[in-house]
Amino acid sequence: MDLFTFIKPKNELEQSDSTEVKKPYVPDEMWSKCPECGTMLLTTDIEENLNVCSKCNHHFHISARRRIEITADKDSFVEMDEELESENIIDFPGYEEKLEKGRAKSGEKESVICGTCTIGGIKTVLVVMNADFMMGSMGTVTGDKITRAFEFATENCLPVIAFTVSGGARMQEGILSLMQMAKTSGAVKRHSDAGLLYITVLTDPTTGGVTASFAMEGDIIIAEPKALIAFAGPRVIEQTIRQKLPRDFQTAEFVLQKGFVDKVVDRRTLRNTLIKLLKIHNCQEVEA
Amino acid sequence: MSAYDKVQAARSTQKLTSVDYINNLFGENFIELHGDRNFSDDKAVVGGVGMLNNMPVTVIGLEKGRNTHERMERNFGAAHPEGYRKALRLMKQAEKFRRPVLCFVDTSGAFCGIGAEERGQGHAIATNLMEMMALKTPVLSIFIGEGGSGGAIALAVADEVWMMENAVYSVISPEGCASILWKDSSKAPEAAECLKMTAKDLFDLGVVERILREPKAGDGKMFESLKLLICRTFEKNLAIDGERLAELRYNRFRKIGRKK
Repeated sequence: MDLFTFIKPKNELEQSDSTEVKKPYVPDEMWSKCPECGTMLLTTDIEENLNVCSKCNHHFHISARRRIEITADKDSFVEMDEELESENIIDFPGYEEKLEKGRAKSGEKESVICGTCTIGGIKTVLVVMNADFMMGSMGTVTGDKITRAFEFATENCLPVIAFTVSGGARMQEGILSLMQMAKTSGAVKRHSDAGLLYITVLTDPTTGGVTASFAMEGDIIIAEPKALIAFAGPRVIEQTIRQKLPRDFQTAEFVLQKGFVDKVVDRRTLRNTLIKLLKIHNCQEVEA
Repeated sequence: MSAYDKVQAARSTQKLTSVDYINNLFGENFIELHGDRNFSDDKAVVGGVGMLNNMPVTVIGLEKGRNTHERMERNFGAAHPEGYRKALRLMKQAEKFRRPVLCFVDTSGAFCGIGAEERGQGHAIATNLMEMMALKTPVLSIFIGEGGSGGAIALAVADEVWMMENAVYSVISPEGCASILWKDSSKAPEAAECLKMTAKDLFDLGVVERILREPKAGDGKMFESLKLLICRTFEKNLAIDGERLAELRYNRFRKIGRKK
């Protein structure tokens, strides 16, 4: 079991298991089945609908590159520090293989992509985490890239928008991954003290050391519908308190009701919401 | 001693707790202060003000409790969000009066429960990390037992971090690590080695500045020398401008895991 399934609520896991058994044969790429309502959808239709089910509004997971594509103005994204790569710094057994797998699965070098872009013509620094790379876990390079992105934004008086998806700190880097929580928080604080805007968008799932650092430090915190947002994942809590958790526990809507996110926003209106927020905070359009 | 022996030593109920350290260092000069001014008073975090030699100091500790009754009351040192918020309130107060902050860390981790999640455990820890990084007064954190992940670092964004020789500090418990990686929590001893969580390992990784010999209960001389060491460090850091001190603290963390 990987970290991703580990933090999924148990009942969801059971559901997906039982549907898998009855699954009829479908050509892989052409059709996709919505895991929420079971509707068969044309893959091209899903993509056109920003990877949201047209029937029940279920938000499918999307890759970091696709996220950038649907958020930034066309061809405006310029990546930063893309050459930085993790190493097995504490000689943790099996870590090289995990990294190799993460690179193969995601086609990326790390669990975060950072860069500059324009959104509605407004220059912004983007930080986009990548679930396909070791479940978006935060290692030293992840922390370093995020820190550098914030430092760049502070120096250049730019807002930052961060999309989070993460299983938490990367245990294969031991204590050094935990240090990234402090490091990124420090960079956020300096950016904030410079009077600059930071928006976080929490996507499914955002947990552990990322929730307990830069994900929860935005001036404005947005979440995608139904996203799991937690410090400790539901499994861990169930094991600790030996109690079953309510079904909607730790969903975006639950966390909204408890007062820890500002707004749950549908992916299809997210870009416009971000543009409005940037404008309200006096972020200037780049002159053409 | 193997890494896992150290883990067990760090967890030993015979060990001195934060309250023991506070009593031995401050004696009659400690005044406990309670509450986060928002929700409640979390007894897993003990905090207050006192005089260390002639120096006013704010002291905050994660407290596991010294007997069964206390351990229940202290929730075994696993703090809720209100505990971290109480700690931050006391730190901000220290900053206002430019008192140094002394933190004792001893926890298996921040509490994982329904109430803790509902009241924003992640948010509470995140806020501490952010605010401690910019605190314009000296901060020193001493690990006296277990340093469990986010719940520990929430009191350890400091100018210097010191560890008792048998203290540990890790991103995840060795049991948790073993059960995720190898689906077998009985492999915790192997995981403890891999995680590099002993004081010596952490010193080598540049995460802690000093390893201390552990004082025993009633060892007045040991506590006197610890007191002196703490006071000297605070004196040195009080001489540095607050803004500059925060910058040095940022750089301390900035260089950990730095690629370029």
